[in-house]
Amino acid sequence: MVAFTVNGKAQNVSAGDDTPLLWALREHLKMTGTKFGCGAGLCGACTVHVDGEAVFSCQTALSDVAGKKVTTIEGLAPNGDHALQKAWVAEQVPQCGYCQSGQIMKAAELLATNKQPSRDEIVQHMNSNIYRCGTYPRIVRAVQRAAKEG
Amino acid sequence: MNDISKIQLPELKVSRRGFVGGAAGLTFAMTVTGLVSEAAAATGRDGDNTVNAYVTIRPDDTITIMSPAAEMGQGIMTCLPLIVAEYMDADWDRVSVETAPANHKLYGNPKFGGIQYTVASLSVMGYWDPLKMVGAQTRQVLVDAAAGKWGVPASECSTEPSRVVHKSGKSLTYGQIAAFAKPPAEMPKVDPDSVKNAGNYRLLGKDTGRVDVPSKTNGSAQYGMDVQIDGMVYAAIQRSPVSKAKPLSVNDVEIMKIKGVKRVIKLPYGVAVIGDTVEATKSGREALDVNWSKAPGDSFTTETAMGDYLKIAADPAREAVTWQSKGDVAAGMKGAATVKTFEYTSEHNYHAQMEPMNATARVSPDGKSAEIWASTQGPTIAQLVSSKVLKTSPANVKVHPQLIGGGFGRRAQPDFVVDAVLLSKIMGGGTPVKVIYSREDDLAAGRMRPMTAHRIDVGMDKDGKVVGWKHRVVGESAIGYTNPGRLKKSGGKDILVMAGAEIPYYGIPNWLADHVHEKRGARLSAWRGIGAGYTKFASEATVDKLALEAKVDPIDYRMGLLSDEKAKKVLAAVAEMADWKRKRSGTALGVAVSQLHGANVAGIAEVSVNDDGKIRVHNFWMALDPGIALQPDNIVAQTESNIIYGLSQSIKEKVTLENGAVQQSNFHDYEVFRQEDVPNIEVKVMPQGGIPRGIGELGLPPTAGAVANAVRALTGADLTQMPFTPERVKAAMKG
Repeated sequence: MVAFTVNGKAQNVSAGDDTPLLWALREHLKMTGTKFGCGAGLCGACTVHVDGEAVFSCQTALSDVAGKKVTTIEGLAPNGDHALQKAWVAEQVPQCGYCQSGQIMKAAELLATNKQPSRDEIVQHMNSNIYRCGTYPRIVRAVQRAAKEG
Repeated sequence: MNDISKIQLPELKVSRRGFVGGAAGLTFAMTVTGLVSEAAAATGRDGDNTVNAYVTIRPDDTITIMSPAAEMGQGIMTCLPLIVAEYMDADWDRVSVETAPANHKLYGNPKFGGIQYTVASLSVMGYWDPLKMVGAQTRQVLVDAAAGKWGVPASECSTEPSRVVHKSGKSLTYGQIAAFAKPPAEMPKVDPDSVKNAGNYRLLGKDTGRVDVPSKTNGSAQYGMDVQIDGMVYAAIQRSPVSKAKPLSVNDVEIMKIKGVKRVIKLPYGVAVIGDTVEATKSGREALDVNWSKAPGDSFTTETAMGDYLKIAADPAREAVTWQSKGDVAAGMKGAATVKTFEYTSEHNYHAQMEPMNATARVSPDGKSAEIWASTQGPTIAQLVSSKVLKTSPANVKVHPQLIGGGFGRRAQPDFVVDAVLLSKIMGGGTPVKVIYSREDDLAAGRMRPMTAHRIDVGMDKDGKVVGWKHRVVGESAIGYTNPGRLKKSGGKDILVMAGAEIPYYGIPNWLADHVHEKRGARLSAWRGIGAGYTKFASEATVDKLALEAKVDPIDYRMGLLSDEKAKKVLAAVAEMADWKRKRSGTALGVAVSQLHGANVAGIAEVSVNDDGKIRVHNFWMALDPGIALQPDNIVAQTESNIIYGLSQSIKEKVTLENGAVQQSNFHDYEVFRQEDVPNIEVKVMPQGGIPRGIGELGLPPTAGAVANAVRALTGADLTQMPFTPERVKAAMKG
C-alpha cells in the first residue's frame, strides 16, 4: 500500500512497490488521461508531474512517490482551462491526440519555470516527447501562444 | 480458426434508403450503401431507430450526427458530419457527433466495397455524394413538414441554420418541427447541388475546429487503451518472433509462480499471459521462455536479401505482374536511342503508432456472442472476423469503436481484436479480457511496409525525349499476407506495394510498372501512403537525374515532361513558395511531385549535410490541390503531418530482420522524427475544383524524392537507398 496525493486528493494504491506509477494511475485508480506509449522512458506519452517536476510515470516506481504530490492531465487545471490547454485548442494541435497529455504536461513544466521561453528552449524542452502524427510545429506555436496569453 | 486471411471482404450491393420516425424526435436512417447478406445478419437491428441513423433531431433543438468513419487524427469525425450539417443547414453549435457502430448497411463506404473501413484516404471521396444527399433530404423533409403545418407551398420556404423560414417571416426551429413531424412514406427527391454549393456554404471551407480536439487536451478522450470493464483481467502476448511459427513448449509452470499471473495460454501463433494486473502480465511476459516451431520466414535476413532483390530486378526472365501501363513500352524501348537504368531500395517500415495495439473483449459464457471495445480502422471487419472465431453470426458480435491513437494502416488489421476474443473465450465464464501489447511486442510483431528493390529503365530518343519508362518493383506482397484471396482475385495486383509506380501525369507515351512477387515470410500490411512512399522516391529521383543529364533545371524539366495542367499549377506554386531560383549558401533545394486519387501535390526540401553525413532539413514547402477544401486548416495540419512522417521514413526509419525476426525493439533503435528534427514547413492549399479528395496521405510521397534530390544538388551524392542514414549519405558522397 502506497499513499500519495493525485491532483490534490489523497490516494492509496495496493500494488507492489516497483509498480510503475503509470499503471497505478491508469489501471488501479482508473485515471486514463496519462498514456502508455513505450514503457521505457523514450516517448514521453506518460509524462506527469511529481512535486512539480515532469517525470516519465512509466519509469517512476510507486514507492518513489510515497507522500508526494502527483499531478496528471486531469488535474492540471480544474476546468481544463490552463493557458496551454486553451492554446492547444486555438492552434488545433492534437491529431490522434494520444500523446497530447504528455506533451501538455511537459510544456507546463517549462512555462512554470520559464515564462517566456525562446523557440529553441521550447524545442529542446519538448524533444523528449514523440508525436508520431507530427504536429510538432503546432506544439511550438501553442506553447508560444500560451506564454503570450498566459 | 485463426487464419483470418481467409475471410473475404463482403461485396457491394445496391443501395437502399429508409426512414423511420421516433418518439424522441426525428431519426433519419438513410443508408449510404447496401448490405451483404452476412452483414444484414450482423446488424440485426432493423427498425431500431436509435441506432440506424445519421441524423437525430430532438425537440430541444439538439442534433446528433453519426460519423461513419474511424477518427485517428485525420479529422474525419468532424468532416463527414459537417457535410451532412451543411446540406441540412444545421446549427453546428447544437450538433454533437457520435462515432457509428459497426453496421455495413448504414455506414459502409461505397468506395470501399460498402464496408466500414477507414483506409486509403477514401472517406471523404466515398461519403461525399451520399452524405450530401442525406443532408439535403433531411432538410427537405423538415421544409415539407413545416410547409404542411402552415398550409403553404414548400417552395415559399427557405432555411436558416436549424430553422425553416416562410417568406412571410414566420419560422419554426428544426426541434419544433421534430416534435410534430411524421415520417414521409418515401424520401423526397432532391438535388443537393440545387440546395447548396461552394458559393453559399456556411460550414464547409470555413475551419470550424475539430470536434475531438477539446477532449484531447484534458485527458477525457477515450481510446481503446482506456477501456475499463468490470471484472476484466489483463493479457500480454508474445507472438512468434518469426511469422507463422507456433509455440511448441513454454515454461508455464515457472510463469504461474509469479504473483498475479492467472494463466499461461498457448495460442496457435503465440503465448499469452493472463493476470490480475498489468504489472503481473508484464512480469510474466518478460519471463516467458518459448520454443518455436520452424517457419517459412526463418531464413529471411534483410541485409542479404536486399542483394537478391536487386539481382531479381535486373533479371528480365523473372515473371512479373503488370500494375499499370500506357502505350507499348517494349516498342518504346526498342525505338530508343539510349536506355538508362536506375536502381533504388527501401526497407521494412514500422507504423510506430503512439497507442500500442490493444483490445478488450467479453465473450458470453456460452461462447456464442461477444462485445468488443477496440480502436480499429475496420469495425465491421473486426465484427466479421470475431464471428468466425466464435463460429457465430456477426449479429451476435457488438463492436464499440474507440478513438484511435494512431492508425497509419496498422489498425486496418483485425489481429489484435482476435487476441482479445480468443482469450476471453478461453478464459470462459464471460470474463472480459483486456489485451495490451508492450511497445516491444508491438514492434516485434509489427505489420511492416514491405522491403522493396526498384529498377527503372528509361528509353530516350536521339533528342533526349523520354519514349519509354519501365519501373519494376521487387518485394513481398502485402495483400498476399493480409488477404491472399483478394490478391488472387486481382491477379496478383497489389496496390499496397505498387501504388505510385504509375506516372499518368507525365506525358511519356509508353510506360509500364510491374511487380515481381517474392515470398520471404515477413508480417506485412498497409503503411501510410502505401507504395507511393517509395515508388515516388524512385521515380522522382530518376526524373531529377534525367534533368541533370539534360542540363535542364529540375523544375523546368518537369514542366516540360508534365502533361497534367493541374499538376503544373501546384509545381509552379511550390517553386514560387521556395523562391526556387535563388542561390543558397550551404544548403540546396530538391523537388518532387506526386498524385493520389487524382489530387496533385508538389514539395520542395531545403537541406544541408554535415561532415558525419547527417541530413538536416531546414525548410519544406508543399502545394497541393484537394479539389474542394472542406476544412482548410485541417488539410494544412494533415499535410504538416505527412511531411514529417515522410521525412522521418526518408531519413531515419528502418526495420531489419535477421532469420525472420525483427531486430529493433523500441524508440531507441527505431527512431522517428522528434521536435528537434522538424523543419520550418509552409503549405499552400490550392483547390482547383471537382470533388473533395483525400488528404490523409497525399503529402507523404514527395518527401523522400525531394530530400534525395536536394542532397544531390548540394553534394552530388546519389542517394538510392532509403532511409538516407548518415552512413549511407557519407558513402554516397565518396561516390
